[in-house]
Amino acid sequence: MMPRWLRSLLSSRTGLFGVIVVLLIAVTALVSLFWTPFDPMLSDIRGRWAAPGWPHLLGTDGTGRDILSLVMAGARTTLFVAVGSGIVATLVGVALAALGALTARWVRETVAVLVDILIAFPVLMIAMMISAVWGGSLWVVVFSVGIGFGVSIARVTRPELRRVQQSDFVVAGRASGLTTGQNLVRHLLPNVAPVFIVQLSWSMAVAVLAEAGLSYLGFGATLTEASWGTLLADLQRYIGVHPLTVVWPGLAITITVLGLNLLGDALREATDPTLSRRGAEVHVPAVVA
Amino acid sequence: MSLEVNDLVIEIDRRRVVDGVSFSVADGQRFGLIGESGSGKSLTALALLGLLPDAATASGSIRWNGTELIGMPDRELARLRGDEIGMVFQEPRTALNPIRTVGRQIAESVRIHERIGRREARERAVAEAARVRLPEPDAIVDRYPHQLSGGQRQRVAIAMALACRPKLLITDEPTTALDVTIQAEVLKLLLSLAEEHGMSLVFITHDLAVLSQVATHAVVLEHGRVVEQGPVPTLLTAPSSPITQALLRDATATLWRPDAGDDAKGGVA
Repeated sequence: MMPRWLRSLLSSRTGLFGVIVVLLIAVTALVSLFWTPFDPMLSDIRGRWAAPGWPHLLGTDGTGRDILSLVMAGARTTLFVAVGSGIVATLVGVALAALGALTARWVRETVAVLVDILIAFPVLMIAMMISAVWGGSLWVVVFSVGIGFGVSIARVTRPELRRVQQSDFVVAGRASGLTTGQNLVRHLLPNVAPVFIVQLSWSMAVAVLAEAGLSYLGFGATLTEASWGTLLADLQRYIGVHPLTVVWPGLAITITVLGLNLLGDALREATDPTLSRRGAEVHVPAVVA
Repeated sequence: MSLEVNDLVIEIDRRRVVDGVSFSVADGQRFGLIGESGSGKSLTALALLGLLPDAATASGSIRWNGTELIGMPDRELARLRGDEIGMVFQEPRTALNPIRTVGRQIAESVRIHERIGRREARERAVAEAARVRLPEPDAIVDRYPHQLSGGQRQRVAIAMALACRPKLLITDEPTTALDVTIQAEVLKLLLSLAEEHGMSLVFITHDLAVLSQVATHAVVLEHGRVVEQGPVPTLLTAPSSPITQALLRDATATLWRPDAGDDAKGGVA
C-alpha cells in the first residue's frame, strides 16, 4: 500500500506535475546513457542550423550537432548537479542547523555568526574559490551550490529547530527516556522537515540555473559534457539569426525548475498531517445540510 | 522505591528560584506539591528527572532508591526516565508531537527501554490505549494528535508515561488545561492506575480542591521555599501559612462555582 503522504502528493495537481517532470528527466538521463538519436558531440558542418524536422527533430546547432540529442544528454548533467548539490546542501544544512540550535551556548552562537558570515559569500565566489584549487568541473558546481545553499538552509532551519526543541513534546520525549540523538531523529528533524523540504527543492531548482550560469562562465561542465547551460550560452549568440534553437534548452531548464519548485511545495503539504485536506482517515464530523 | 529530596536549590542566572526544598515520597505514596505559578513547583518536577533548561542549575540532593540523581550523566538518567520515573505534562495540546501518530508516541518509551519490534509496539500501544480507557483503541492509535479532544490527548500522555510501568509518576498540573468534567475523569483514571500498579505519585497543582482528591501528603511552596507541609487533611482544615489560606479560599470558590453561576445569570437577566 502507498504511504499516506505519497497518496496525498499524487492527488494534488502540482505534486503530480512535479513528480512527472522529475521522473521524465530521470528517465531521459537514463536513456541517454544508452541511446540518443545522434551522437550529441558529432558535428556535421554541412548540416548546420537545420530547421526542426526529419531526421533532426529539434534541428541542429552551429556545428551541426543534433539539438535533441544534446538536450537529452544534458539531462544527465542537470540530474547530477541537482541531486549532488541537494545532498551536499542537506548535509551542510542539517549539520550547521543542528550545531547552531542544539549544542552548548558558545558553540551555538559561534555557529550562528559563522553562518551569517558564510551567507555573505555568493555561490559564484565559492565556485571561483573551489575551481581555483581543483579546476573547473561539474563537481565544482555541486559543491559550491551545495555549500552556498546549505548555509542558507541552515539559516532558515536553525531558528525553527530551536523553536521545536523548546516545545513540550521534545521535553516529553526526553522524559520518556530519549537521548539527544534519538530526539533529533524522531521529533526534531521531522518537525522542521516542511521548512527544510521547501528550501531544498528550491535550492535544487536554482542549482539547475546555477549550473547553466557557472558552465557558461567556464567553471562547470567541460566542452565534452553536454549541458543545458553551455548549450543555451552557445545558441544564444545566434538568437537574432536562429531564434527557435534557443527555445529548446531554455524550455528544458524552465520546466525542470518549475517542476522541482512545485514538487517541493506539494511535498511540504503532503508530509504535514495537519494540512491534509482529503486524507481518508481524517476524522471529520459529518455536517448535514 | 522511595524518592528523597534534600535541600534542593535551583538557580537561574545566579538567582535562586528554588531554595532549599526538602521532602520525601515513600513507596506507593501519593504526594502533592502545591503553590501559585512561579513558586518553583514545575522546576522542582523537571529537576527530579534532570530535565531543567540549559540556563538552570540544580544542587542539593535528589535520591531515588538511594541513588543520587543530581550530577548523574544524562545517558544514565535517560535510562531511568520513562522506565522507572514517568512524567505527564500540563498542556496536552503541545506535549504530543503533531506529526506522529498517537500509537507510535505511546509505544515510544517501550521501544526505547525494551527494544521491541514495530508490530509488537503497535499491539502494545493498543493495549495501553485501552488501559487509559481511550475509545476504540485499535483505531485511535493510527490517528494524529490534532484529531483528538483535549481529554483524549491527556489520556494519551498518561499512556505514554505509564507504558513502561514506572514506579513513580510525576504529573505537572495534568488537569489544569481540561474542562471540569474531564478533569474529574482524568483524576479518577490517574488514581486507579496508581493503585493498580502500586505506583508512587507526585502531583503538582495550584488547586487545593484537586489536591484533596488525590494526595495524602503535601508541601506548600512559595517563592521557591517550603512554607508548610504535612498530611493533606490538616492542610485543608488548619492551614497555618497565609499562602495556604489564600489557595484554600480560591479552591473553595472553585468548589462553590454554582452560586457564582447563578449570580452571573441574574446579571444577564
